[in-house]
Amino acid sequence: MQPPNPREGSISRSARILCTLGGTLVVAALVGWYVVGYAISLPPTVPQARAAGVTNITVQTVASYGHQPHPDWVSYLVKNTQGQWVHSTIWQVPAHSIVRLTVYQYDGNSGLRNPFLGQPRGIVGGTMTVNGKPYHVLNPDDASHTFTIPDYGVSVPLKGVADDAPNQCAVTPCTMQQAHNTIVFEFRTGKPGWHRWQCFVPCAAGWLYGFGGPMQTVGWMDGFLKVV
Amino acid sequence: MDDRAHLVRAAAIWVALAIVADLIVGFLVAPHMPPGNFSNTASDQTHINNVLALIMTPIGVGVITFLVYALVRFRQPPGPLQDGPPVRGHRNLQVGWVGVTASIVIVLAVLGTIELVQAPDSSAGAGAGGGQGPSPISRPSGNPLVVQVIAQQWQFTYRFPQYGGVETFSLALPVGRTVEFNVTSIDVIHSFWAYQLGVKADAVPGANNIAYTTPKKVGLFQIRCAELCGLWHGWMAAKGHVLSRAGWARWIAHERIANAPATHYLPPYAKVYYPAPLERGG
Repeated sequence: MQPPNPREGSISRSARILCTLGGTLVVAALVGWYVVGYAISLPPTVPQARAAGVTNITVQTVASYGHQPHPDWVSYLVKNTQGQWVHSTIWQVPAHSIVRLTVYQYDGNSGLRNPFLGQPRGIVGGTMTVNGKPYHVLNPDDASHTFTIPDYGVSVPLKGVADDAPNQCAVTPCTMQQAHNTIVFEFRTGKPGWHRWQCFVPCAAGWLYGFGGPMQTVGWMDGFLKVV
Repeated sequence: MDDRAHLVRAAAIWVALAIVADLIVGFLVAPHMPPGNFSNTASDQTHINNVLALIMTPIGVGVITFLVYALVRFRQPPGPLQDGPPVRGHRNLQVGWVGVTASIVIVLAVLGTIELVQAPDSSAGAGAGGGQGPSPISRPSGNPLVVQVIAQQWQFTYRFPQYGGVETFSLALPVGRTVEFNVTSIDVIHSFWAYQLGVKADAVPGANNIAYTTPKKVGLFQIRCAELCGLWHGWMAAKGHVLSRAGWARWIAHERIANAPATHYLPPYAKVYYPAPLERGG
């Protein structure tokens, strides 16, 4: 007795081709959906204007954003060309130019995990100013965050406000009347491209080692310098 | 045609293809085999990779040859399916199969073990270039340059305990001098991978992982993190430099001066810098 031939009554060739094409389309659609979802999840790009050869960027670092979706996350905000505060960490600047960054730092001093980062590097003149005073190095215990662009070798510690400082900010945008330090420094941009920047202080309150949440999310303590 | 004739014919095809493939590997592929000859460890890895390729190529060719031969010669003809002839044991084939494969595995194990335990600066070889943990079984005989690699999200920094404990953002090494990398992390697990040097060592918080190499040429080498470590893992890359002895002496002297303000605040050199606090309080 012959065994049954498995070829008989099986799915037709056209049906198999259809299934293969359908499966491929579904997978392609899922990949596309993921890529598009990632792309549109980035915060908006905030162009910065150049005046007299220098591009001025003004930002503030805050201990808590104060709004949804993460009111208790530490974050950066940036001023747009209309002078409004925008919750974004993607800043557009001209290539081969000098950028003057002014940071209003409202967060407390939690200290650097790596004290090596207490020295500002990669900036014009090698000196930053904190509340108008020049600094070549910051006591690592006094730092709250860093502003670091690894591609440019830029790393600047940001001095934190004292724990007992009056009138501390809890909801953004913070005002000039609230406790803060003002840090100013300049650096040079290179050729066009996207350059990541980040904070090197594990400052994510409540997360293991302080490295979760806002430290792992573009738009909070990480971002891009879009050089055009 | 009986089974023996099929076997002889397939084996003849296999031998011919294997010789051609090994010649291609030996003369065309081997000169470009990664990671190259930038350091003594890289050269040893390249040598091992070539030996493996020359052994594995005939095996791979053999598998494909017999597969294709079977597909062509023993293909099911159109029409109703029929049972093939019953398969019986073949003692010689089984003994030969087990013997050959066991021999290959043992040869490779011996080869790999010899490579692992070689002193990093011996004339016979250079060791594996991988992290050996805090107590290496394979050590150089001379006085290596100690470089501490400190991994953090998301950048490597480097500390030189023999030069005042200075820490640097960039890495430069002197040509021809054995280097002892002491790799650690101050947050999560990373992996220090200096590709052209043939060095790869996991960076684990609270642990010291030692790897050795001796650069052979002046030039650039690529540094990458080889352990998925968070948001910017893909961007955790840099270029290292191998300099002449005189050039490196100038570089380290400059770094000591340029980083003096930060060095003042660094903790004493230690094998590990255990991160604290465990959980950020805000």
